[in-house]
Amino acid sequence: MPEYQTHEHDVLIIGAGGAGLRAAIEASAAGVKVGLVCKSLLGKAHTVMAEGGIAAALANVDDRDNWRVHFADTMRGGQYVNNWRMAELHAKEAPERVRELEKWGAVFDRTPDGRILQRNFGGHRYPRLAHVGDRTGLELIRTLQDHGIHQGIDVHMEHTVVTLLKDGDRVVGALAYERERGRFKIFRAKAVVLATGGIGRAYKITSNSWEYTGDGHALAYQAGAELIDMEFVQFHPTGMVWPPSVMGILVTEGVRGEGGILTNTEGKRFMFGDIPDTYKTQTADNPEEGWRYCQGDKNARRPPELLTRDHVARCIVREIKAGRGTPHGGVFLDIAWIKEKMPDAPEYIRRKLPSMYHQFKQLADIDITREPMEVGPTTHYVMGGIRVDADTQMTPTLPGLFACGECAAGINGANRLGGNSLSDIIVFGKRAGEYAAKFAQENGVGAADDAQIEAAARRSLEPFDRGAAEGGKAEGPYQVQYDLQEMMQDLVGIVRREDEMQRALAGLAKLWERAGKVAVHGHREYNPGWHTAIDLPNLLTVSEAVTRSAIERKESRGAHFRDDFEDKDATFGKVNIVVRKLADGSMEVRREPIPEMPDHLKQVIEEMK
Amino acid sequence: MSVTATFRIWRGDAHGGKFEDYATPISEGMVVLDAVHQIQAGQANDLACRWNCKAGKCGSCSAEINGIPKLMCMTRLNSIPLDQPVTIEPMKAFPILRDLVTDVSWNFAAKLKVKKFKPRPPDAPDGSWRMAQVDIDRVQEFRKCIECFLCQDVCHVLREHHKHEEFIGPRLLVYTAALEMHPLDTEERVADLKKGHGIGYCNITKCCTTVCPENITITDNAIIPLKERVVDEFFDPLKGLWKLIRPKS
Repeated sequence: MPEYQTHEHDVLIIGAGGAGLRAAIEASAAGVKVGLVCKSLLGKAHTVMAEGGIAAALANVDDRDNWRVHFADTMRGGQYVNNWRMAELHAKEAPERVRELEKWGAVFDRTPDGRILQRNFGGHRYPRLAHVGDRTGLELIRTLQDHGIHQGIDVHMEHTVVTLLKDGDRVVGALAYERERGRFKIFRAKAVVLATGGIGRAYKITSNSWEYTGDGHALAYQAGAELIDMEFVQFHPTGMVWPPSVMGILVTEGVRGEGGILTNTEGKRFMFGDIPDTYKTQTADNPEEGWRYCQGDKNARRPPELLTRDHVARCIVREIKAGRGTPHGGVFLDIAWIKEKMPDAPEYIRRKLPSMYHQFKQLADIDITREPMEVGPTTHYVMGGIRVDADTQMTPTLPGLFACGECAAGINGANRLGGNSLSDIIVFGKRAGEYAAKFAQENGVGAADDAQIEAAARRSLEPFDRGAAEGGKAEGPYQVQYDLQEMMQDLVGIVRREDEMQRALAGLAKLWERAGKVAVHGHREYNPGWHTAIDLPNLLTVSEAVTRSAIERKESRGAHFRDDFEDKDATFGKVNIVVRKLADGSMEVRREPIPEMPDHLKQVIEEMK
Repeated sequence: MSVTATFRIWRGDAHGGKFEDYATPISEGMVVLDAVHQIQAGQANDLACRWNCKAGKCGSCSAEINGIPKLMCMTRLNSIPLDQPVTIEPMKAFPILRDLVTDVSWNFAAKLKVKKFKPRPPDAPDGSWRMAQVDIDRVQEFRKCIECFLCQDVCHVLREHHKHEEFIGPRLLVYTAALEMHPLDTEERVADLKKGHGIGYCNITKCCTTVCPENITITDNAIIPLKERVVDEFFDPLKGLWKLIRPKS
């Protein structure tokens, strides 16, 4: 085996978004040696794209809020297939995690009496999202970054992990390559935390960046971890639809929180026509009440635009399919209308939604203080992911492997509420860091044999061998990626059905074959073609997991909607869909009962009905 | 009929390189980064460029477009002339890695020299603080920074004079201003600004403000007030006199 540069840490964290940074801070505070590996530069991770806010029951704006309401909202939003223990911990611990950010320098918008301001968001009963205009994610990541760099964490930027290293079942490190130079490096660690985010790049229309290729999901799966809930992919209702080059870029739910309304080409506020029974008592039935809610009237119920994302996305799709969509295939999202209600509306909009104003002005020549936006659903988030223990975030099947944030599953169930991801990453990032440090303190160094390292390195370099061998005739990686994205969008998208998903499975088999033959050229230094070739198996793995899980769940629930099983089915409400890799390399799919919720939590749900 | 434009992209590494022309079809609403991606996918798989969010929020895709430091993802093709080749080259203030990618690690190292946030004790028993929105407005302006480093790139102190060892540059002065003007912060950084951070090198040509994609008023709102603090502390003649003649305790 060639001599590879080797780094040794007690805890290795893969991914430097909010979850990874929070885990790194916690682990290093526990006194262990921490390494942080990330694909991009520090502070560029997808967390910066989170706009609306961090959900935490601080009760600064409405004192009726508390963890019990937040817990019940999260479970209702997730259609009760969530890991209830994670939802409980999340609701209880989020306020403390937010206050901690303030201690580290975050500057949230303020209430008139000087406390952290909170805004309304879909599915949250009370104004609950601590925010900074519409750039909350940037504030969060920068705060963690600027605090973390003084903690003595070894940061390895622009490295991609190609495999986890194992000693028996235990995970003891990772093999990565440095994107700049193309060199492989071995990272040995007593505990490894995956915080790699989501899988949005498996779809054509997505709010996610190139990084979101399901790396953590795939690394864990290949190493023998289980993935659960993979059928639940969140399509955010409002992405940009025009011009084509910006299709999918996120338009924050904060627009609707501030009073933005959804209309079709007939000028109708179509959301009033379709309010699910579970939300009837909490939802306004007239525009006036909805507006009063957005203005902070505690006696008003929220407008139907603030129903959960899965539902709003489907209503938008229905309007478009019924021919009431805009010329560019979306619906209208109008915040400019509030000028009827407030004299200084343009100024208010620019102050509360500065980056939306900027984004539309610059990329679409639209002034959102004067005209409506055109929006449509965009692939945004995956509720499913690596199965972990709720308290420790360790995977049950692989000791020493932890996961947190979007790549871990459980808290969100069938649909995530807006604002719950920023709170998820700081609550469970902290827990993962804490328990990974503890594991590292209690366990010695493991050993990974050279054979697995050499095999992974060789596999990673195969696209170059093919490029050299075939003299430029073999297919490059980009077309395979495009074809996958197109297929997942068409066949395993917002509205699903058995026959289409079976076609997707057949298509995936062909794409696996093509991915195994792609060739790249040039050399290993900062070669995006090669990087894409290495990402492909990850994208294919998560796409297959999504498709197989979606076939298995023969009902509609949360973000998973099936044309051929339009209703919820109580028997599926009691199970999670679990996938894992079998010894022969194939993907096993099974249903597993959700553990019974303890009485004290059942009681909370009952009270909040 | 599709319209085609030519992009003259710098290709090379630390040892040298040259511009190469790529023609690619363009469509409505396209930004420079779209063109680069098209070229990367179709003609030059190994063309190196950084990018992430493609929405002006992460600050990864900084480059010089027709000589002007910009984010590629926020530069619409309809804002630049397409009847001649569009030149795209890497930032000049940092060492080249490959093609459009530069080694910006200096920025991360230099940031460590700025003393971290040190809050006063909490105002309330639950560990929280009280701050008025009007008192944080200016700090929030600075905290909009996406660390694209375009201001560092355009700053002649770094770009032409390579004072990276003595001067932290506009980005990190904005960072320092956000800490110094944070209502809760109690740390002392003025002496560092004068000595280690080289604020005196800035001669307020405001180039940084001009290129900032977040429209942060870098010079007027961040650097000049910091310069005033340095002046107050070290160059106030009356204060100097007082220091000389004050009774020693």
